[in-house]
Amino acid sequence: MNIVVCVKQVPDTWAEKKLSATDKTVDRESVDGVMNELDEYAVEEALRIKEASGGEVTVLTMGPDKSVETIRKALSMGADKAVHLVDAGLHGSDALATSYALAKALGTIEHDLVILGVESTDARMSVVPAMLAERLGAAQLTFARKVEVGDGTVKIERLTDTGYDVVEAPTPAVISVVEKINEPRYPSFKGIMAAKKKPLTTLTLADAGIEADKVGLGGSATTVADVAARPPKQAGQIVKDEGDGGTKLAEFLASQKFV
Amino acid sequence: MTADVWSTPERVALRALAREFTVREVVPYLDEWEAAGELPRSLHEKAAAAGLLGVAFPETAGGQGGNAIDSAILSEEMLYAGASSGLLASLFTHGIALPHIVGSGNAELIDRYAKPTLAGKLIGALAVTEPDAGSDVAGIRTRAVRDGDTYVVNGAKTFITSSTRADFVTTLVRTGDDPHHGLSLIVVDTDTPGFSVVRRLDKMGWLCSDTGELAYVDVRVPASQLVGAEGSAFAQVARNFASERLGLATHGYGVASRALDLTVEWVRNRTAFGKPLIGKQVVRHKLVEMKRAVEVSRVYAHHVIERHAAGEQLFAEAALAKNQCVAACEFVVNEAVQLHGGAGYMRGTEVERHYRDARILGIGGGATEVMNDLIAKALGW
Repeated sequence: MNIVVCVKQVPDTWAEKKLSATDKTVDRESVDGVMNELDEYAVEEALRIKEASGGEVTVLTMGPDKSVETIRKALSMGADKAVHLVDAGLHGSDALATSYALAKALGTIEHDLVILGVESTDARMSVVPAMLAERLGAAQLTFARKVEVGDGTVKIERLTDTGYDVVEAPTPAVISVVEKINEPRYPSFKGIMAAKKKPLTTLTLADAGIEADKVGLGGSATTVADVAARPPKQAGQIVKDEGDGGTKLAEFLASQKFV
Repeated sequence: MTADVWSTPERVALRALAREFTVREVVPYLDEWEAAGELPRSLHEKAAAAGLLGVAFPETAGGQGGNAIDSAILSEEMLYAGASSGLLASLFTHGIALPHIVGSGNAELIDRYAKPTLAGKLIGALAVTEPDAGSDVAGIRTRAVRDGDTYVVNGAKTFITSSTRADFVTTLVRTGDDPHHGLSLIVVDTDTPGFSVVRRLDKMGWLCSDTGELAYVDVRVPASQLVGAEGSAFAQVARNFASERLGLATHGYGVASRALDLTVEWVRNRTAFGKPLIGKQVVRHKLVEMKRAVEVSRVYAHHVIERHAAGEQLFAEAALAKNQCVAACEFVVNEAVQLHGGAGYMRGTEVERHYRDARILGIGGGATEVMNDLIAKALGW
């Protein structure tokens, strides 16, 4: 079973994130980039499927040159090869444009399964996997907490608010995974050393047959009209307990409509 | 040589791995291991799975094929991320227990000890120090007498790191009377009759690192367990002096750097006389002196490690690096405790642990005074 894992480099989860003043996109230069945490689970799941039933794991990422760091991490964890879709024309693509570009890039890679993290920690839309499945005409198996691969089929447990659904589909299929699914491995030092020898293909818009006016800021269906900085944290109110602390606390909670 | 060798993409990734491993697998449990007096075997297995045990060992011996730079990056980043020098000493004891075995090229011993140890399945120790001989290696008295296909070992070893958990102990023994050329190395399985851990020693620091006193009473060890040729041990041990000293230099600036980070955070948050401690010039100047000690030590140690990795024989420089980094560490951890005030003297405060742990750095792996003697001799003084 050949698997493509889509990974994304995002600003470090713990860093203060900013939007670029000129085009209101995420400022990716001023902070360190890391692999989107949920994508680590996607990579791990792909590696486990490969270890159990053979095949090849290809990493696909779309992003600026710097994203190669994230590709390298996935290769260090054990993926076999990578495809990097990199083109200035992609800058500012929204979810719809991203799913179009990824679908085109996937057209250049032989695959039975596409695995993604359920969302990225920068945009948090959680729609790309579904859009991608639609564009590829593949089954959509999202929010998986467990994946079982059969002969030409794949079965998942889809996490819901109340429990889980068992969903089965023929391949090819697009799977998005939640963090409950596994414990991602460390990229071992041996893997790190081996990663630099693994094949990495770079694709431009033209290479992937992507129409330039359907991606990037201009090709996106959504535009960010305005942004405002998060208001600074207000100083807390200190209540001195003079025997009436409980009452004051209850008054505060009532005034904020908590009780 | 440029600083770039420290930040190749692979080494940046190794650093990230070391940090992630430390934050996830070490920091949450360190207090528990300090109380238990030893590290669990499962930590060795996890570190092996992440490829961290064999970073600087050749692939033919089950390692990852890196060099002293990779090794230093691993150690320093683990320390920056909250590990301790005691933890490194115990988790990486094979860094002193295996080099002679690997260096001997003895395939049988490599298969039997090096590979499983680097895979996290065995724990090894190196036994040199005796009740009557430490830095003075030529004074070793534990004796191995050849009897047919075996050696019969009798003697005692003490202050042996990881020995109470060890599966095998690479033991320095006397096989001849010549102070230097009468020394040999032999691997002793700890389940061999006659071998025993007399007691686990209680220490000032490095609490998570077990330390033992060992007795060898008519321990019969197959002659095939000899590492290298009989009588060649002094040269073998001496060959590893530089890497051991540079490893401890890394502990020195690594711990100092961590203690400085913790102190900066503390004085930013701690209020005294109505404002944060860092608002006081006397505190800021103290931090700057600590910073100077850390940076100068780190840069000099990195410089020597680069040359060592490139294959240069550096006796004086490795010893200078060790003494510089150890002195810097002692200075910084002392000031770190001072600036933490009463909290710095309390168990449970991280700098308190580093303060106790640091004391051994100028004693183990060649005492500061022995290093100075060696440096003076190397310089012809």
